[in-house]
Amino acid sequence: MSFIVDYNCFTPLGADLPTTLDRLEKGVSGIQLYENSGLLSVPYYAARLPEPVITCSGFTRLENMLIRALEPLVERHPVERHPAGGRSLLLVSTTKGNIREIAGGKSASDASLSLMAGRVARYFGFRETPWVLSNACVSGILAVAVAKRMIDAGAFDAVYVVAGDEVTEFVLSGFAGFQALSSAPCRPYDKSRNGVTLGEAAAAVLVSGAPGRFRIAGDGAVNDANHISGPSRTGEGLYRSILLALKEAKLEGGQLDFISAHGTATEYNDEMEAIALDRLGLNKVPVNSLKGYFGHTLGASGLLEAVISFESARKGILYPSLGFETPGVSKEISVIRQAEVKPVKYFMKTASGFGGCNTAVIFENLN
Amino acid sequence: MNTAVYIQSYSEIRNGAVWLNGEKIFSAEEEHFPDFAKKAYQHFGLAYPKFFKMDKLSKLAFLASGPLLTEESNTALVFANRSSSLDTDLIYQRSIEDKEAYYPSPAVFVYTLPNICLGEISIKYKLYSENSFFVFENFPAAFFPVYADALMKTGKADNVLCGWVEMLEEDYRAFVYRIGNEGLMEHTEQNLNKLI
Repeated sequence: MSFIVDYNCFTPLGADLPTTLDRLEKGVSGIQLYENSGLLSVPYYAARLPEPVITCSGFTRLENMLIRALEPLVERHPVERHPAGGRSLLLVSTTKGNIREIAGGKSASDASLSLMAGRVARYFGFRETPWVLSNACVSGILAVAVAKRMIDAGAFDAVYVVAGDEVTEFVLSGFAGFQALSSAPCRPYDKSRNGVTLGEAAAAVLVSGAPGRFRIAGDGAVNDANHISGPSRTGEGLYRSILLALKEAKLEGGQLDFISAHGTATEYNDEMEAIALDRLGLNKVPVNSLKGYFGHTLGASGLLEAVISFESARKGILYPSLGFETPGVSKEISVIRQAEVKPVKYFMKTASGFGGCNTAVIFENLN
Repeated sequence: MNTAVYIQSYSEIRNGAVWLNGEKIFSAEEEHFPDFAKKAYQHFGLAYPKFFKMDKLSKLAFLASGPLLTEESNTALVFANRSSSLDTDLIYQRSIEDKEAYYPSPAVFVYTLPNICLGEISIKYKLYSENSFFVFENFPAAFFPVYADALMKTGKADNVLCGWVEMLEEDYRAFVYRIGNEGLMEHTEQNLNKLI
């Protein structure tokens, strides 16, 4: 069995988890309007980290983000002692890594994901070669499933998962080219939603075979086999991913106390998720998207939203889906409008992404 | 649960040739990968027009995987490389760098993620299965047996297609193989090092 032992995040709302959570609970969003930022010729909304982000010289901005998210975990659970004599792996999740480094005709190796992970691994003293998972927007939560399997298989005793992505000209222009950027802070599942708001953040989770605060009860990751840049109309991959996760966890859908869904606030993504949840009969399970607080942080999003969900479960408070007012999907789902006190035993994190990928992971609260 | 996992078949693409289970099954004189890929597509009679919309990494992964796959099987895809999607990232970066000719094409941007090649394979072979794309500095002979075998032993997949698909400018190389409960040789780090 594998467990979540510790976790942290570095977000526009705060430099660590307690400050992030404090502001999130006050309903604060990290999303702002940016004009003349030099990254896009038109104004855009995004959730960007307050500068300075770089406090550790010799490392890129993104590497600083990863280090700052992971550092408290390593301080509390030193790599060489967790467990004593055991094998610890660093698993880095990102979609675009140091992509800003290729601007201005620099060489491709400046944006190498494996070299980036190697620098972070050396900073913390990991002996094993780090793994990098780059699987579009499911990367962050899929990394938790990967860590679980490696613990369960006995390949490693502890896996330190760290995820991060930045708001860059590269990514902003790409989403703008798709006409997918929102004209106001994103509003997942709302009738007036009109696209993605990008964000940047890093998150870290320690997965271990030693008992911890949450048990990873089940996971599923199934491709839509439908389209590379649009979700399935039937939610097929997400539907199957959740079924597999429930089966492994030996649970009925109705036993889930809440779902932290993907909710990018594009027309098609949110509709697809509603269809998948409806097909599974999960219409009454409270659901939120945290994109209204953090924007879409790409390869970090799945892990960041899992971290916030851990605190939600631990405190027994369901967090509202910021920006949601009027239902705007064709199937009934129970989007959380106001903070709600509720004991949480089981909860699920889901994500979907380009390439048709989907992931669902179910956690059991042991607090 | 069956304990041993075996390599069932493997393919390679390098230096203008395609190899299946160690035998050369196609070669062409074309110097550049896109021209070579087109010739290979014609030679294998693929009849899949979406192929021509793919980026170079997807074409490479697609061509190397085809001989090893059957449709609608529960075959997970675990791929890795050194350069992620940087080959297409560089093309996309050039399209936004020149402010005079600024054109961030969605058709290019979508390929700036390495796992898109797995989506392409899943669509063609109707694989409702798990995809994951990893990045390592060198061919991870120790990683594949550890991770892919775990997918089989936990019942997540009946077979796993493992692949190393490297693409950066003029350099390309694919080594893709399928694992299952029986086959040619055990799926071990030592055997992978012999094959590669």
